[in-house]
Amino acid sequence: MLSIRNLEVAIGDKKILNGINLEVKAGEVHAIMGPNGSGKSTLASVLAGREDYEVLGGEVEFFGKDLLELAPEERAGEGLFLAFQYPVEIPGVSNTNFLKAAVNSIRKYRGLNPLDAVNFLKQMKEKMKLVSIDQSLLSRSLNEGFSGGEKKRNEIFQMAMLEPKLAILDETDSGLDIDALRIVSHGVNTLKNKDNAVILVTHYQRLLDYIVPDYVHVLYKGRIVKSGTKELALELEEKGYDWIKEENSVLA
Amino acid sequence: MDFKENIITHFETFKKEVNSPAHIDEIRESALNKFSKLDVPTPKHEEWKYTNLKNLVNKTYQLGNKNIATSSYTHKYTQFINQYDEKDVNILVFVNGEYISALSHIVSPSNELIISNLSQAYREHSELIEQHFSKYATYEKEAFVALNTAFAQEGVFIHVPNKTEVKLPVILHFIADASATDVICHPRNLIIVGKNSSLTVIEHFNSTNTPFSTLTNTVTEVYVAENAYCEHYKIQTEESNASQISTIQAVVQRDGRFNNTTVSLSGKLIRNNLNIKLNGENCDVYMNGLCAITGSTHVDNHTAVDHAMPNSQSNELYKSLLDEKSSGIFNGKIFVRQDAQKTNAYQSNRNILLSPTAKANTKPQLEIWADDVKCSHGCTIGALDEEPLFYLRSRGISEGEARAMLVFAFADDILERIKYEPVRLYAEKIIAQRLGMEE
Repeated sequence: MLSIRNLEVAIGDKKILNGINLEVKAGEVHAIMGPNGSGKSTLASVLAGREDYEVLGGEVEFFGKDLLELAPEERAGEGLFLAFQYPVEIPGVSNTNFLKAAVNSIRKYRGLNPLDAVNFLKQMKEKMKLVSIDQSLLSRSLNEGFSGGEKKRNEIFQMAMLEPKLAILDETDSGLDIDALRIVSHGVNTLKNKDNAVILVTHYQRLLDYIVPDYVHVLYKGRIVKSGTKELALELEEKGYDWIKEENSVLA
Repeated sequence: MDFKENIITHFETFKKEVNSPAHIDEIRESALNKFSKLDVPTPKHEEWKYTNLKNLVNKTYQLGNKNIATSSYTHKYTQFINQYDEKDVNILVFVNGEYISALSHIVSPSNELIISNLSQAYREHSELIEQHFSKYATYEKEAFVALNTAFAQEGVFIHVPNKTEVKLPVILHFIADASATDVICHPRNLIIVGKNSSLTVIEHFNSTNTPFSTLTNTVTEVYVAENAYCEHYKIQTEESNASQISTIQAVVQRDGRFNNTTVSLSGKLIRNNLNIKLNGENCDVYMNGLCAITGSTHVDNHTAVDHAMPNSQSNELYKSLLDEKSSGIFNGKIFVRQDAQKTNAYQSNRNILLSPTAKANTKPQLEIWADDVKCSHGCTIGALDEEPLFYLRSRGISEGEARAMLVFAFADDILERIKYEPVRLYAEKIIAQRLGMEE
């Protein structure tokens, strides 16, 4: 479903991604790991359509469409979802109204009628259980005053409501205690099926005990320098990133 | 004709026609005398730096309360009066400053709410008038307060007796209607809330859209007695031919509470002066403002809160959404006098420019003479934040809808402080419609 070829990206004068290649097929879980500053979050943001980045070269195809040509809302309509590393607080926009707008915008994009209030609430109630999110959080302003864990759960709750084909989880595990991590992982695993795919961007192997990846990629200095299966993650956990850095010391 | 000459001509005729008690006449003469000596403000005056009145004072006005055809009242003004779908409310209507009893109705019982046209109160409540009228809004230095005081005749007089909760709010509709000439009017209100009492008052300003200009120069004095509570709203939804210079002068006594929310949504030029004196201990004051304007509307909010006694607090939040060629000014003063220890005073002003041609100016001024106080102020001017916009768009919401949601949320932060729901809904509806939002 997703095909990234030779993607090169810069912020201002600084080149962050130096030619990324990645193929993601339906039913797969990919983990992208790497030390801080390796370009993990940049990759996630560029895929979601953040405008601070300049694409210097390469291409990204999503179900045969040129993803980089699409506006962020069109990417969401096509089935892409980014769980933010730092979900922004939006005072004055209620969580529920926001979700309703999001669900119906995506339905509209796909040529479906909007959900009426009854069906929307029904669906919401159902998905709330999945991530053990409380009703009171949903009537509040979007992420405003939420704890770190509540924000991350809210991201997965949105994912559950929007049912994306490709979900990119940008360090969703960072800063989560073990209970919250279990809840979040349970949500992701339940939503996982043969028709969708997940990209886990993470710094820690711990998450991969709960969401088991089919492939693990190591990102370093803007390139995928190593790919493997879940065993690679365990090796990284054990040995740290230094040996990766050494192996690739020739990279600029 | 020169503005001052124009006014003095009005006064000569006005004086002969009104039949006020002697002490009111004295005040009038003194105020007019002061007006004739004061300069009409120009941008050279520090307090008028960003608001130029030259296109208002170059006109020859007719004094408002003259040319209303009685028969046309009902139809013409119903649209304004029925803006609140609410039967349980006291409504007083003033057209070009003149009280229109045929369009007004008072439902609160007279033991709860003593309310009348000001000119009537001059005679019927002379004691309270002598005690309060023109005692708070001083005209020595303010040309437009002096001008209003000289012509103070019509407007609302409200007295809430001690220990009385006025259950139904009072809506004052001021309609400016310049049908044949440029019109000036000077509505004058006096609101006295007795000890341990409470009252909600809404001043709503409308106008008819005609080729002629209107200038509404209004003054409201509010006296909040010990442990009393006054909730006060000012809603400005005038047409692009209507300008307004509007002063609220409130005095709050010990344990009293005064909340003002000023919502300016349209008009030509609006200058709001909100001055509050906290005259006792443990007073609590909120000043909320929303200025959401477009076109070439100009809104200048000047607020001043004077902490004269200890242990009181004031909270101020003013927000502006400025689109097209509109301009928004905020000037907020906080005085904390030497006696006012343990004062808490907070002020914040946030401006969002929605177009490159909109303008915002903001100036906080703190003058603190006590040493044991908590005061803070802050102001921002900028465009809509990109991060929330991206977040909403990444969830499938179109850029236009995402912008509308964020702009509405910014405005609603103020509107949701309006406790009287019909007023809040009314203002929310205008903003939502402007943003093209559904529902």
